[in-house]
Amino acid sequence: MIESILFWIFAVLAVAGGIAVFVVDSMARATYALAVSFVAVGGIIVMLHLDYIGVITILMMIMEMAIMAVFMVMFMGMNPALMPMDMTHSTRRSAVLATLTFLVLAVAIIVIPWPDRTGSAAADLTRSLGEAIMGSKMLVMLTISPVLFATIVASLVLANPRGRYDRYGADLDRRDPDGRAHPEDPIGGGIGR
Amino acid sequence: MSDPVLAAVLLVPIAVVTLAGVTASANGALDARTRGAPLRSGFTAPLHEAARLLRQQRRTLPGADSLLWRIAGAGIGMVAVLKVVVIPFGDTVFADLPVGLVWFNAMDVLLWALWWLLGWGANSGWSLVGGYRFLAQALSYEIPLMFALTAPAIGAGSLRMLDIQAAQVDLWFVVWMPLAALVFAVSVVAFSSWGPFQTALGTDVGGGVVAELSGIDRLLVLGGRYAVLVAGAAFSVPLFLGGGAGPVLPAGVWVVLKTCAVLAGLITLRRLFPTLRPERVAEIAWVVVVPLVLVQLAVVAVIVGMHGGAL
Amino acid sequence: MTLQLVLLVSAALFSVGLYGALTQQVVVMVMMGIELMINGVLLAGGALWWFLSPTPDGQTVLLVILAAMTVEMAMGFAVATVVHRSRGSDLSDSATDLAG
Repeated sequence: MIESILFWIFAVLAVAGGIAVFVVDSMARATYALAVSFVAVGGIIVMLHLDYIGVITILMMIMEMAIMAVFMVMFMGMNPALMPMDMTHSTRRSAVLATLTFLVLAVAIIVIPWPDRTGSAAADLTRSLGEAIMGSKMLVMLTISPVLFATIVASLVLANPRGRYDRYGADLDRRDPDGRAHPEDPIGGGIGR
Repeated sequence: MSDPVLAAVLLVPIAVVTLAGVTASANGALDARTRGAPLRSGFTAPLHEAARLLRQQRRTLPGADSLLWRIAGAGIGMVAVLKVVVIPFGDTVFADLPVGLVWFNAMDVLLWALWWLLGWGANSGWSLVGGYRFLAQALSYEIPLMFALTAPAIGAGSLRMLDIQAAQVDLWFVVWMPLAALVFAVSVVAFSSWGPFQTALGTDVGGGVVAELSGIDRLLVLGGRYAVLVAGAAFSVPLFLGGGAGPVLPAGVWVVLKTCAVLAGLITLRRLFPTLRPERVAEIAWVVVVPLVLVQLAVVAVIVGMHGGAL
Repeated sequence: MTLQLVLLVSAALFSVGLYGALTQQVVVMVMMGIELMINGVLLAGGALWWFLSPTPDGQTVLLVILAAMTVEMAMGFAVATVVHRSRGSDLSDSATDLAG
C-alpha cells in the first residue's frame, strides 16, 4: 500500500518535473524542475532495490543541475521572465513525434509478453555490484574510465581558450618580454603559482 | 507509525536545533570575548537575534523568485536533519540505509543547490554573487570530501553506518586515517559556508546570499547553517571517532558528547584562520589536497589488504 | 508497482525529453531534453533488471548509463561554450556548419 502510494508520488513528480522544464519561463525553475524529476526517478530506483544506484543518481543529478543552472544563466543572455520570447522551433511536428513515440512505446510495453523473472537478487546488492565491477564485469569499468578521462581532456581543450600553461609555458616560468617573472595573472592560484 | 519513525520525526529535529543553538551561543561568547564584551552578552546574543528576527517583518524585493527562495531557506535546516537520521546512536539508527554514507554525500550535494538558489531567489546582485561563490567553493571541497568519505568505507568494507561504526571497535579510524578525518572536518566547515569558508555570506558583498533575507527566512538560514555544521560534526563520530563507543555512559550520550567535542574544536580553531577566497581554495584543493587524500586512500587500502580488514 | 507501470513512466519521460530536445533552440535546453531521455532509459533499465533478471551483473548497465549521462553533460557544456564564444549566442539554429 505505502509502496504503491510512494511509487505514484514519485512517478507523478518525475513526469510533471520533466514537463515543467519546457513550460516554465524561469531558467532556475526549469533547471530545478529537471532536478526534481531526477530525484523522483532516483526514488523509484531505490524502490527497485537498487539503493546505491538510486542514491548516486540523486547525488550526481543535483550536482549536475547546480552547475547546469550556472551555464543556463551564462548562455541565455537574457531573462525569459523579463523578456518573453519564443525560444523554440517546430513545436507542432515535435509534439506529434513525441506523442507518437510515447504511444508506440506504451503499446509495446503493454502488448509484449514479458518473460518470467529468472535468477534471484543477491542479499547485499551494493556488495554484489562492487564484486561484479571488480570481477567478471571489470572490462566495463576499464572502458568507462578512459572514456571519462578523454572527456575531461576534450572538454577542457574545447572550453579553455588560453589556459595558464599556454600563457606561462609548460613549467609555468615563462617570462614577460621585459623580463618580469610574473606577468599580471588574472587567475592567481592559492599556492602562489 | 512505528516507534523509530516517530522518534526520528520528533527527536532528531529537536536535538539538531538544540545543538545548533548551543553552538551558536558558544560561538557568540567567543566573539564577545574577542571584542572585550562581557561573555554573558555573547552567550545570549543568538537568542536575542532569534527573538528579533521572529518579530521582524519579511520583506521581498520585486521580481524575487519567492518559491525557490523559500524552499532554499527552509531546506538548509532540513538537510541537516536528513543527514542526522542515518547516524547510529549505539545500535539504534533512525534510518538504517545500506548506503548511509552515500546518503550523507547526496545530502551535502543538495546544499550546492540550496545555497545557490538562496542567492538566485532574492533577485539581488549581491546575493547572486554569494551563490556563485558557494558553487566555486563547492567545486573545490567536494572532490576531496568524496575521497575522504571513501576511506572509512574501505576500512569497514561497507557503506552502512552501523558496519563502519562496528569496524572501529579495536581502533578508531581517526588514528590510522588522520588525513581523511582532517579533510572531512574542513569540508564540513566548507559546506556549512562558515568560518574561513564564509565568502558566500561575506560582508564584502553585503552579506551575500543572506543580504536580502529578513525575519523568519533569515533565522532559518542562519540557524540552518549551524544545524548543518552540527550534522557534519555528528557524522564524523560514527565515521572516524568510534561511534557510540565509550565507558560507563550509554552509547547515545557518547555520540552527543563526541559531537560537542568536535564542535568545540571547530569553533575554537575557526579563529586561527583567515577567510579563504574560493579561487585560492580551488588550487589548494586540487593541487595539494586531492593527491594527499589519494595517498591516504592507498595507505588505507594497503593496510586493509594486508591485515584482511580494519585494524 | 509493476514492470509495465514503471516502463510507462520511463516512456513518458523519454517522450517529454524527446519533445524538449527537438523544440528547444538554446543548446543548454536541448541538453536538458537529452538528459530527460537518458533519465527514462535509466529508469527502464532499473525496472527491467529488478522485474526480469535481478542478477548482480545487470546493475553495471545502469552505471554505464550514468557514465553516458556524465559524458553528454561535459561535452555538451564544452561545445556550448565554444559556440557561445565564437558567435555570442548558443542558439542551435545558428550552428549549421555541418549541415549539407
